[in-house]
Amino acid sequence: MSVLVYTENWDGKFKKLSFELVSYANEIAKMYGTNLVTLSIGDVSDDEIKTLGKYGASKVINVNDAKFNTLSSQAYAKVISQVADKESANVLVFANTYTARAVAPRVAVRMEAGLVPGVVALPTVTEPMLVTKKAYSGKAFADVEVASTNKILTLNQNSFKLIEAEADVTIETFTPEVSDADFKAKSVEIQKASDKLDVVDAEILVSGGRGLKSAERIAVIDEMAAAIGPNCTTACTKPVSDLDWRPHYEHVGQTGKVVAPNLYFALGISGAIQHLAGINSSKIIVAVNTDKDAPIFEAADYGIIGDAFEVIPKLIEAIKEL
Amino acid sequence: MKILVCISHVLDTTAKISFTDGGKSYDKNNIQFIISPYEELALTRALELKEAGEGTITVINVGEAETEPTLRKALAMGADDAIRVNANPTDAMFVAKQIAEVVKQENYDIIFTGKESIDYNGGQVGEMVAEMLDIPSITSVSHIDLNGNTADLQREMDGGYEKVSCDFPFVASGQKGIAPEARIPAMRGIMMARKKPLKVIEAVEANLATEVKNHTLPEPKGACVMIEPDNAKELIRLLHEEAKAL
Ligand SMILES: Cc1cc2nc3c(=O)[nH]c(=O)nc-3n(C[C@H](O)[C@H](O)[C@H](O)COP(=O)(O)OP(=O)(O)OC[C@H]3O[C@@H](n4cnc5c(N)ncnc54)[C@H](O)[C@@H]3O)c2cc1C
Ligand SMILES: Nc1ncnc2c1ncn2[C@@H]1O[C@H](COP(=O)(O)O)[C@@H](O)[C@H]1O
Repeated sequence: MSVLVYTENWDGKFKKLSFELVSYANEIAKMYGTNLVTLSIGDVSDDEIKTLGKYGASKVINVNDAKFNTLSSQAYAKVISQVADKESANVLVFANTYTARAVAPRVAVRMEAGLVPGVVALPTVTEPMLVTKKAYSGKAFADVEVASTNKILTLNQNSFKLIEAEADVTIETFTPEVSDADFKAKSVEIQKASDKLDVVDAEILVSGGRGLKSAERIAVIDEMAAAIGPNCTTACTKPVSDLDWRPHYEHVGQTGKVVAPNLYFALGISGAIQHLAGINSSKIIVAVNTDKDAPIFEAADYGIIGDAFEVIPKLIEAIKEL
Repeated sequence: MKILVCISHVLDTTAKISFTDGGKSYDKNNIQFIISPYEELALTRALELKEAGEGTITVINVGEAETEPTLRKALAMGADDAIRVNANPTDAMFVAKQIAEVVKQENYDIIFTGKESIDYNGGQVGEMVAEMLDIPSITSVSHIDLNGNTADLQREMDGGYEKVSCDFPFVASGQKGIAPEARIPAMRGIMMARKKPLKVIEAVEANLATEVKNHTLPEPKGACVMIEPDNAKELIRLLHEEAKAL
């Protein structure tokens, strides 16, 4: 057997979550006493692929054909299950991203595998596997048993640490068998949301709510994020994006993006349960709110009761002095 | 045009949950049940598409008798008929198998699901149905328009959007944007829903691949450390030196 990890790329590059994922998969391979096989699909340079070696990827299978430059979930599912078959892999690991959500369930059907989406830790038992996932939009954890021989896990971002495990990378190319019928959904155009750091990738988020009053005034969060540095970006609540004060790709929460930064500044945010659903995996939450009874203070680690427009400039000043 | 909308019956988003039965299931007392929000948006868009042309909309749920009020609500919103597959929906693969069986017999043009159910947060059922039927699936759809036998869709991806065009049949999972707001049933709709057909069918056999053994609640947070508004500097110091987060 082996453990197969599919590492997605973004314009030919890996992100921190790719390294978290390989670290995680390598630990699973150790638990099962077997080897790790890494799969990359799309146009990624050999040098970039070799960066995965630092986290334990030794054997990398590379499927590089222009027809995979955009996502066809039908075709990707075939490629991944063919590689799993060739490598006798029966534990497959993905990052819990949009791509995995499109592909992993299809692979599960092809391989008759039990799929646990959104896991947050290593399995506690290997056979039958027992592993913990988030459930009820972050309000609880579920321990899920996987009884099937083949098993698929998708790992939540920022829930597993990087583990260095220097490995020599050998790259093997693979030509999968796919047909035109696997490309029925046709990609017409790709639009980048922006060149800014994506909310899910930021280590620190400065997030604004309706308490920041208007499109003009809420722009103080840009200033604060810039003062913190390149690992930080801005986010917002649903009403703020509905009002077009902020772009909707910044909307976090149950209906927006689910984030898990190391530090989340909630500025003028009441802390509604649907907002908390998107941020409750943040390591540290800081709240600034004029209302001492705002529910955000129950979720926060540090709080200031006060007017955000008076507090934020002081925070920026103190950050700049660090 | 025939559209199928897969509806999950979930606890209200604001519900506080607690677990019973040794942690296996949640306590259903004093809990309101709703159509999971993404399916509500997908159903709303399906109704708009039907109203702009012609066709029928069927809603389906895999669940026990307790889910019927949720299906009736979907009928009150405007769906034409409902199917309940009588089974406890414990595993996504099992649920997908049930839905795929129904689709095989009825040949729907579009099968809508939500991006994820808000209880299990799997986001798996729709794509599994598509693979079982060997048809395309477009995940996290924030926009859909029809154009003859083709649909123009926009799906969210990591860091942007992709415009996709796809012939019928396909599976699409709806998310924020697919419809601006969920439709609220009108009194007339509620009255009519009582008379609309709701068919109950028995489940086909399928293996269970996964099983939830236990639930736990997150560790309660320690008390929030309060800092005076004039002392922003102290907050930054604590974040830097104590929490090591800055
Ligand atoms: C099905 C469903 C899904 C939803 N999904 C989401 C979601 O994904 N994300 C989301 O965010 N919401 C979501 N919501 C909405 C959610 O219920 C809340 O309405 C929303 O989060 C409130 O946003 P807010 O905190 O910006 O605004 P408000 O609730 O209006 O809070 C503003 C806060 O700012 C404070 N304030 C005012 N002035 C100042 C000042 N000068 N300085 C400091 N503080 C100030 C106020 O005391 C108040 O606490 C959803 C709702 C539903 C029903
Ligand atoms: N029991 C069910 N009956 C019908 N549809 C379901 C059921 N469970 C989930 N779905 C559909 O599948 C989608 C994804 O669900 P999940 O995989 O549980 O996150 C939901 O948004 C629903 O549209």
